[in-house]
Amino acid sequence: MRIVVPVKQVPDLVEELELNSEGSDIDREFVKFVANEWDEQALEEALLIKEAVGAQVSVVAFDEPDVDQTLYTALARGADDAVKLTGAGDGWLSTAERARLLAQWLSGQSYDMVITGVQASDDLDGQLAGTLGGLLGVPHASVVVGVEPGSGSVTVTQELAGGTVVTTEIATPCVVGMQTARQAPRYAPISRIRQAMSAGGLESVEAPGEATGPAEGVELLRLYPPEKAGRAEMISGDAPAVAERIVEILASKGLVKL
Amino acid sequence: MPVGGRKQPPVATELEAATVTSSLSGREWELPGMWNRMFESRVLSGYTTSELARISSLPGGESIEWCYGCGKCVPVCPVDLVGEYGPRKLHRKAQTGVNLLADADLWMCTTCGNCLRVCPKEVDMIQIMPAAREAAVTDGVMPAELQDVFEKTFRQGNCLGENPRRRHAWTKGAGVPVRVLASDPRPVDVLFYVEDYWSYHPRGQQAAQAFARIADALGVDWAILGAEEKTLGDSQRMAGEKGLFESLMEDVVATLGKYAFNRIVTPDPHGFNALRKVYPTYGHNFDVLHYTQLLAPLIDRAKWAGSVEAKVTFHDPCYLGRHNGEYDAPRRLLASIPGVEVVEMSRCKENGYCCGGGGGGMWLDGFNSDRVTERLSERRVKEAADTGADILAVCCPYEVSRFEDAAKSTGNEHLKVLDIVELIDAAMFPR
Repeated sequence: MRIVVPVKQVPDLVEELELNSEGSDIDREFVKFVANEWDEQALEEALLIKEAVGAQVSVVAFDEPDVDQTLYTALARGADDAVKLTGAGDGWLSTAERARLLAQWLSGQSYDMVITGVQASDDLDGQLAGTLGGLLGVPHASVVVGVEPGSGSVTVTQELAGGTVVTTEIATPCVVGMQTARQAPRYAPISRIRQAMSAGGLESVEAPGEATGPAEGVELLRLYPPEKAGRAEMISGDAPAVAERIVEILASKGLVKL
Repeated sequence: MPVGGRKQPPVATELEAATVTSSLSGREWELPGMWNRMFESRVLSGYTTSELARISSLPGGESIEWCYGCGKCVPVCPVDLVGEYGPRKLHRKAQTGVNLLADADLWMCTTCGNCLRVCPKEVDMIQIMPAAREAAVTDGVMPAELQDVFEKTFRQGNCLGENPRRRHAWTKGAGVPVRVLASDPRPVDVLFYVEDYWSYHPRGQQAAQAFARIADALGVDWAILGAEEKTLGDSQRMAGEKGLFESLMEDVVATLGKYAFNRIVTPDPHGFNALRKVYPTYGHNFDVLHYTQLLAPLIDRAKWAGSVEAKVTFHDPCYLGRHNGEYDAPRRLLASIPGVEVVEMSRCKENGYCCGGGGGGMWLDGFNSDRVTERLSERRVKEAADTGADILAVCCPYEVSRFEDAAKSTGNEHLKVLDIVELIDAAMFPR
């Protein structure tokens, strides 16, 4: 069985986000990037399947900032190979373009399952697994919290709204959007990451195309950090006075009727 | 006299059929149930020594085999005073076949070094612990809170997971200019290696600001690395992440190579230990001082505009005292402050009690909380309060937050916890 895990780089939110001088994108030179946390869940689930029944786990990513560290970390965790797709452009790749390029690359690959994060913190659109499944013409399932491999099919557990859990059997090959793996992503000892780096096991492959920018009819007007609105009011005084002020505020907003 | 905490007695379960269950290995032995069995010779079999052999085969783990079981290490172990742990007990567990690499005891040692001080066989937990922990970490076995710290350190270059670009944000509140080498790379006498807690922890930042004012007033030519500084990671090394330590060292050595300076001074005894003892084993030699060693010969120049009228007791940091032999510099500084009366705790200097923060303990309070009757820092604060002191003076960045929390949790809020630089600052620049 071969499992392909597409991973993506997102800005590290520990640092402040800076915009480029044109205000059209975040400053990709300045901001540090890390692996999308949902993709780390996807990799963990793939590694659990590999440990249970045996599989070749391949990680694939576009040549995004700090991506080498993410790919070497994946190898240190137990992935069998890592592919870096180069030449798809330096800017932000929309999920639609990401899916299109990945689907083109995947159509030349043999795979039984594609497991990726259900969403990413930079767009939160949750479209990659579905779009990829559609383009590849294979079944897909999203918001998955467990994958049990069978023969010619896999059983996926999905978490739906309101605490509902659904178990479905889907035929392979298929695409899975992972919400959480059955266990927390494992630790990659730094010595093993360094070993992987010095072994240099990344395969650089030309991406099957370039990003073509936003879809026709979509124009980016302005990118800006959330504007600060209002400020906190510190209420002082004894409890009845504080309570009275809170009621006053709630009433002024129409949240309670006096 | 013990001032708090209690030992947890070992649990021995004797069944009716006179089966003894070892509380260490969980194994059971059939024993003759007669009253006089203790007077007969008996053979307990079924041990495997493979676990002991496994630890001793690790590079650094060799000396565990030298132990002849005298047990001198146990009464001086700070963890045993509040729990059921000690080097000889760990050795016994390994002797009886317990897998130490999967045992919670593996993470309890604070690497304070008091056992090594008294060990006639020089069984060296300072080597054994990081070696055994590294083997566990390589297998992916470690407390979750420690894994979190390793990941943050690797990602951000500091154990707190803070923004590396804000590493020198503390300088704004110093009130004196602080030179950052990246923007002013001229040669400098003292490269001040601020380390994580003085860079980011609010109480550490106050100490860093106090140091800046004192260094400025005493005419020290000094500068910092600012955002280029990464932690030296000595406690991560002792907690089992040698690869992380080495990765940090590569970055640190490359950064230091860009600038000309005479010596490195750091407030962190753990970083001091790394630069003084570990870096040379990799061929990196620097002239390094703890900040108390820099200031002690200069303190006669200080102009005291005020005083600190208080009884002060001093806690020796394990990694400055026992590990690196410096007991006098902090005491000279304290003695120079007008108004300060120094009182010693019964455990001090070579026999100083550990705050619990070393060897990764700084990040394992949650993990260890089920295994000790009180935190080491709580016990130490009670010892400090017992002296009648008003102030507990420290000179390790780990200790201010540990002891302040402990003072609150043990009802000793009257005991102020201050770094020595904060006391000097208060007496030189009274507000």
